[in-house]
Amino acid sequence: MTAARQLAERHRFKWWEVLPWAAGIAVFFAFPNYLPFGTQVLITILLALSLDLVLGYAGIVTLGHAAFFGAGAYTVGILAQHTGWNEPFSGLAAAALVAGVIGLASGYVLLRTQGLTLLMLTLCTMALLEESANMAHYYTGGFDGMPGLKFQPLLGLFPFDVLYFRSQYVYALAVLLVCFVLVRMLVYSSFGQSLTGIRENLLRMHAVGAPVRARLVIVYAISAAIAGVAGALFTQANAYVNLATLGLERSAGVLIMLILGGYGRLYGAFVGAIAYMVLEHFLAKAYPTAWQLGIGITLIVVALYARNGILGLSDALLRRLGGGGAQ
Amino acid sequence: MKIKLTQLFAAALLAAFAAGAGAQTVKVGVKLPFTGGGAELGQQVDRGMQMFMKLNPTAFGQCKMEFVKRDGKNPGGVDSKIAVQELIAQEKVDLITGLIYSGNAIATAPLVDAAKKPMVIMNAGTAWITNLSPMIARVSFSMWHAGHAMGDAAVKIVKAKTAVVGYSDFPPGKDSLDAFKSAFEAAGGKVIDEIPMGGPAQVPDFTPFFQRAKDKKPDVFFVFVPAGDHAVGVVKTYAALGMRQAGIKLIGPGDITQDTKLQSMGKDAVGLITMHHYNADLDNPANQRLVAAWKKEYGPTSTPDFMGVQGYDGLAAIAHVVRTLNCKIDADKAMEALKGWQYADSPRGPMSIDPATRDVVMNEYLSELVIKDGKLYQKNISVIRGVKDMCKELKVGRCGK
Amino acid sequence: MDLISVALGGLTAGMVLFIVSVGLSVTMGLMGFVNLAHGGFAMLGGYVIVLSMKHWGVPFPAALAIGFAAIAALSVVLEKFLYVRLYRASELDQVLFTIGLVFVMIALVTLTVGPETQSVVLPEWLRGQTDLGFIRYRSYSLAIIAVGVALVLALWLGFERTRFGAKIRAAVDNRRMAESMGVDVGRLFTVTFAVGSGLAAMGAGLGAEILGLDPQYPLRYLAYFLIVVAVGGLGRVTGVFFAALLIGVLDFVLKIHFPKGGTMFIYALTLILLLWRPQGLFGKRGT
Repeated sequence: MTAARQLAERHRFKWWEVLPWAAGIAVFFAFPNYLPFGTQVLITILLALSLDLVLGYAGIVTLGHAAFFGAGAYTVGILAQHTGWNEPFSGLAAAALVAGVIGLASGYVLLRTQGLTLLMLTLCTMALLEESANMAHYYTGGFDGMPGLKFQPLLGLFPFDVLYFRSQYVYALAVLLVCFVLVRMLVYSSFGQSLTGIRENLLRMHAVGAPVRARLVIVYAISAAIAGVAGALFTQANAYVNLATLGLERSAGVLIMLILGGYGRLYGAFVGAIAYMVLEHFLAKAYPTAWQLGIGITLIVVALYARNGILGLSDALLRRLGGGGAQ
Repeated sequence: MKIKLTQLFAAALLAAFAAGAGAQTVKVGVKLPFTGGGAELGQQVDRGMQMFMKLNPTAFGQCKMEFVKRDGKNPGGVDSKIAVQELIAQEKVDLITGLIYSGNAIATAPLVDAAKKPMVIMNAGTAWITNLSPMIARVSFSMWHAGHAMGDAAVKIVKAKTAVVGYSDFPPGKDSLDAFKSAFEAAGGKVIDEIPMGGPAQVPDFTPFFQRAKDKKPDVFFVFVPAGDHAVGVVKTYAALGMRQAGIKLIGPGDITQDTKLQSMGKDAVGLITMHHYNADLDNPANQRLVAAWKKEYGPTSTPDFMGVQGYDGLAAIAHVVRTLNCKIDADKAMEALKGWQYADSPRGPMSIDPATRDVVMNEYLSELVIKDGKLYQKNISVIRGVKDMCKELKVGRCGK
Repeated sequence: MDLISVALGGLTAGMVLFIVSVGLSVTMGLMGFVNLAHGGFAMLGGYVIVLSMKHWGVPFPAALAIGFAAIAALSVVLEKFLYVRLYRASELDQVLFTIGLVFVMIALVTLTVGPETQSVVLPEWLRGQTDLGFIRYRSYSLAIIAVGVALVLALWLGFERTRFGAKIRAAVDNRRMAESMGVDVGRLFTVTFAVGSGLAAMGAGLGAEILGLDPQYPLRYLAYFLIVVAVGGLGRVTGVFFAALLIGVLDFVLKIHFPKGGTMFIYALTLILLLWRPQGLFGKRGT
């Protein structure tokens, strides 16, 4: 296969791309007692996917992505608590809008910088949002957050399930699928290609007259909107929201997961979030006091022996075995 | 061959025994932070539970107890919620206990309510948590227990007329402020300044806040900071700024004289006055037995503090339930057994569970730090008996719902 | 309000920030290595200092020296065996590696020493207050300020007046050029890495009264260290010094007058400063 043809056919769906979704459905039937955990994994994958769009495709390194997650989470929380707007799907849209607008505004101001400076600026923006949420006690419940939120049943048929999370899991899986398809279309569009160009060679993109900053701001806003959807899912699934949705721990955590999985390749978000969270979950069950050691060693080993995460490692292995790699 | 037969026989016997005992096994899910910023607190509660088992080997009667521990990790809510959900759905526990952070208890309440699993709270002190579900009982405290008692005592016993309140800016801190203020002003005192001192995780330096308090020249400076990290810093800053020489008394709930931190405060802390439901120097036989056994087990410099005793008493409550129900846990009957439960042998002195609110009723001890045998020692000044959670008694805010 | 005591309080906080984070700035500037485990070395050093005082009765100044030496040695070992493999890796792989290292450090300390906060028992001469003639102030704070000033002078002289310092400056400004002139950047890095980690260790012990010391230390203050480095400008000793003082003093003053603002000030301040000067207050423009 020639390189040009390979490139042209990249965007076509491959047969194996059905597998993750089949696996997601299989989990529903095979592990009915794990669905609350499964739902959190799906939500984290969505957040990691939105981060991949800016980090992996546009090369924007941020430590503040939880700002958008939290903005979405608080949007549906505040709407449900104070206005009674508690229909889930329209809540997702509202969250996407609010988070997207915040992304657009902050991206416009911040994206003129890069590297450590940008990292700190995104971190500070998020911290300011967190403090504001803490201080706006009347609207947000402050440090306590908003417990006991009520949402309408999905499609008017499937009520949210407090204990087993059956509806929430299917709901999150469906939303993730829709967002994934959108992201996938976006990165293989000409817009997505120009982002990769910006990441790979900024000067050349300037030289060919591409509107670099405008494109970065737009992709940042789109990514923020998707992160907002993830946050809204979080609030709806758990029926509560608190300041932890906005914290550095979430931002840094999802960044680590994405790097662990492999950035700039769509499925890295899936692999990284699942690998990290499943490992942590079961290690913590078996060794409640010592699990961090296992996680730490895993990260070190992956960083030392793989380039670009677990997917990078598997590519290298496949190549060594004589295959073409799972591009 | 002969050996194999014996082994088979033994295995069969064991299986039969296990089956018989299985009917009487009570499974308890213990959710505490074992890692992260709260790991120290989780360890203290866990040790309190171990001590109860060691000192009261027959407390559970014929029942076989099985404890499943899960790490709640952080105060964020979600990890805790998942841990408790899995304890219920996968481990099929009969009871839930632990819970250090209020936020996690709040996030978990809908679960135990929906699943009808009794939950015995061993720490989480936000007052209105017990209102969230009839399945919740608390053996620890609410911020109002010590705060309200201290407000009253500050006027009547310490003879203060004006106070400045400094508190960590999160719900327990605000609860503590409200509790102190309502009692202090009801008794005729006046709170002249309220200083939020940053969030619970990130107060690196108290100096600016204490400087502000010093400039207001109150009779007493009431301070609440979360148990764990901050207490030593509070006392040292107080001494370093020369506030004692300026005639300002430092008072607070016993969180600032937590026993595990006490000795590292040094002589600076002498004269500090606190109100709390427990300190390791309490003079009663149950406490002396606990402290001695604790030091033997965990080393001479270790000590139980109020969290350890809450773990101890929480297990005592569970033992009471298990015995009353003859090892067969039914949620409603378990809650009935907890309501009105009286425990005379607690290291904190007599305590009970209020049948109306399912919250703890206990003594509050006003003590002053003195030097005894070259060590800091909490000298008892006064005992206020049978203190209830005043937030629910007075129906303040969410406590009234 | 007493202006001088406010200034002294802010300076103390700033000095601690400076001592802990200066090493991070230099190593990041020199190799572009994103070492998020810097706070981990500080934490380990703090433990060495506190535990050697507690168990062997080592006096405070000697314990600081032991902490410095132990962590400098440890960092050389880790650098030679692990860090060196990632020099050419992407920054994100470096992030993954150093965060993993932090987790391992936290877990090991929690498992061996325990999760509880460690407190430093200061020697008698550092407790209480010292009379400076015009004001009486906390002796411990004055000592920290003195150490901080001495340190910045020593570092400044080392950077500006020695051959070694000149090499570091050259390598920070243009690493390839320096290498082509025969400067062994790898060796520079090893030395600065060791000294920087050692200083962080000392800072953790010295500042334990103010910042506390427990296994979560490296994660809790990571944002602060990075802020100081970013505001000061990468690889600038004096930049870090003034950035740390600026943030320390302003944070202190604002907390007195507007305690309701919480931690907001530091972040807002950093945001404004970095938008105004993206390369940091003292960083070179256009690099």
